[in-house]
Amino acid sequence: MTSPLRVRGRAWVFGDEINTDDMYPGFAMKLPVPEAAQHMFDATRPGWPRLVEPGDIVVAGRNFGLGSSRACAELFVHLGISCLIAEQYNSLFHRNALNYGLPALVVPMARQLIDEGDVLAVDAAAGLLRNETRGVDHQVEPLPEFVTELIEGGGLISRLEAGGYLDRVDATSTTGGKS
Amino acid sequence: MPDTIIEKILARSSGMSEVRPGQIVTSDVDMTVVIDVQFAHDRLGDVRAVHDPDKIAVVLDHAVPAPTPRDAEHGTKARDFVAKHDIDRFYDVGRHGIVHQVIAEQGLVLPGTVVCCTDSHTCAGGALNSAARGLGPLEILQMICTGQTWYRVPPTIRYELTGAKPAHVNGKDIFLAIAGAYGDATDHALEFGGPGLASVPMSDRRTIATQGAEIGADFTLFPCDDLTEAFLAEVAPDTTYVPSNADADAEYADVRTIDLSTIEPMVALPGTVINNAVPLSRLESVTIDQAFIGSCANGQLADLEVAARIVAGRRVAPGVRLIVTPASQQVYLDAVRLGYVATLVEAGAVVTNSTCGACFGYHMGVLAPGEVCVTSSTRNFRGRMGSTEAHVYMGSPATVAASALIGRIASPDELAEVAA
Repeated sequence: MTSPLRVRGRAWVFGDEINTDDMYPGFAMKLPVPEAAQHMFDATRPGWPRLVEPGDIVVAGRNFGLGSSRACAELFVHLGISCLIAEQYNSLFHRNALNYGLPALVVPMARQLIDEGDVLAVDAAAGLLRNETRGVDHQVEPLPEFVTELIEGGGLISRLEAGGYLDRVDATSTTGGKS
Repeated sequence: MPDTIIEKILARSSGMSEVRPGQIVTSDVDMTVVIDVQFAHDRLGDVRAVHDPDKIAVVLDHAVPAPTPRDAEHGTKARDFVAKHDIDRFYDVGRHGIVHQVIAEQGLVLPGTVVCCTDSHTCAGGALNSAARGLGPLEILQMICTGQTWYRVPPTIRYELTGAKPAHVNGKDIFLAIAGAYGDATDHALEFGGPGLASVPMSDRRTIATQGAEIGADFTLFPCDDLTEAFLAEVAPDTTYVPSNADADAEYADVRTIDLSTIEPMVALPGTVINNAVPLSRLESVTIDQAFIGSCANGQLADLEVAARIVAGRRVAPGVRLIVTPASQQVYLDAVRLGYVATLVEAGAVVTNSTCGACFGYHMGVLAPGEVCVTSSTRNFRGRMGSTEAHVYMGSPATVAASALIGRIASPDELAEVAA
């Protein structure tokens, strides 16, 4: 289980059109990433970040991540979220997730296959989703190869470092993002 | 093969003879734009060499002049970055403005080009026939280093405009009518065209293109027509570009006809614009605490002109704050010279420095719990403009200005009745 593409964790199930400002409130952009992460879903699920355990998986409905380019994925990674599953993503949010090394699978009807608290095992490269709680396996659309290579390599920052584009520094937080 | 606008631009930028929806292409980026907040946590300071300093612009907009020491540090990092990499196109405090307004004014957005910035409203550039979109900060970093990015070619939804836009109708109303009726356009490009387009000025096109992000469109594109060329003759004289218009028999995911003459002032209810907008005439009475005119969507000179005309000789209602944020220093200066700023201030408005400010709930007019705001800015998500317990309605600058005077969300038509 060392590949970031093969993960196992409990599901947190969210609804349709979860937007970036809900995940990453504007005022939290004034904070360092570890503090900002504690404000995810302040409005709609206050206290949620404290309930997250490393490996947990976030499941959402349609149009997941509508809104800003702000790096919500970085906050998920900070909290230890191992994978995103959604029926449909906003493309900007989806690309952000993959670039931060977070597997993000498209699973139509995800919320019919997964209840909150279900334990899931995912192989994002093979497109396997096992709902261990229900004891059911699902074949889903795997991530394309250029994406799995990106994630296995640790995301876009690692790729830029490996390509000699960036000076290497001690691993600290990356990003930025905006309104 | 006939192309939509986005197919034409992505084919050219990726060196292909043609591209089709679903295809992944690697494109050369013509202009990569960096903003102040990207310097927050980013690795921009570790970039060894930029791919091409002439294809990079740096604009300070989100938090300027700096409201906190942390924001001030972003400015310091930006100044170091442009000095280290010999980037001439740097719009520091004093030359600043909201990035999408600034790059359009400076002639950095041209037909047929690929433009990227880490701000979701970069799609504003589509008004100028550019494949412009927001991408994440890491991708902007990659473009700075490599000059390239990738796209999945989106299918295109075409809006065929007929009739003529009534004078009192703003691009905001057109957009909200579309978002309210058709909902989201996730993973699609939007394309506007048709005989009615000639009646839609550039300021309204920019509002519509900017707001495409709100319905999840990857790109929102207008053709290069006489209005586009007239705009570019002002901001980018002697510059060559490649108009990229759709072919007559291009294939669309859907074609939707909008009769502009039937559009009336619209209001989005709090939360989202998607399937959540109603004609102002059917809105129940909503009293307001704050009215905001600004942002990349509606902080343009034309927007301030409309607001000034409506508030001229009147007063903002007791208990209401009218906040006006010009979209750039240039807009601010023009509005001062034309007397709009004086008119607005005389009516009791606050005219702020140009910044993204209140639109994203960061500074210059954030909302308290329980407050109600009507805004002409970009986004009405819960919590967007401050407290998660505030309520944000969205309408045109005319609607916002009239609402500020009356104290509830209202149309300029109601002013005569109130005064009587």
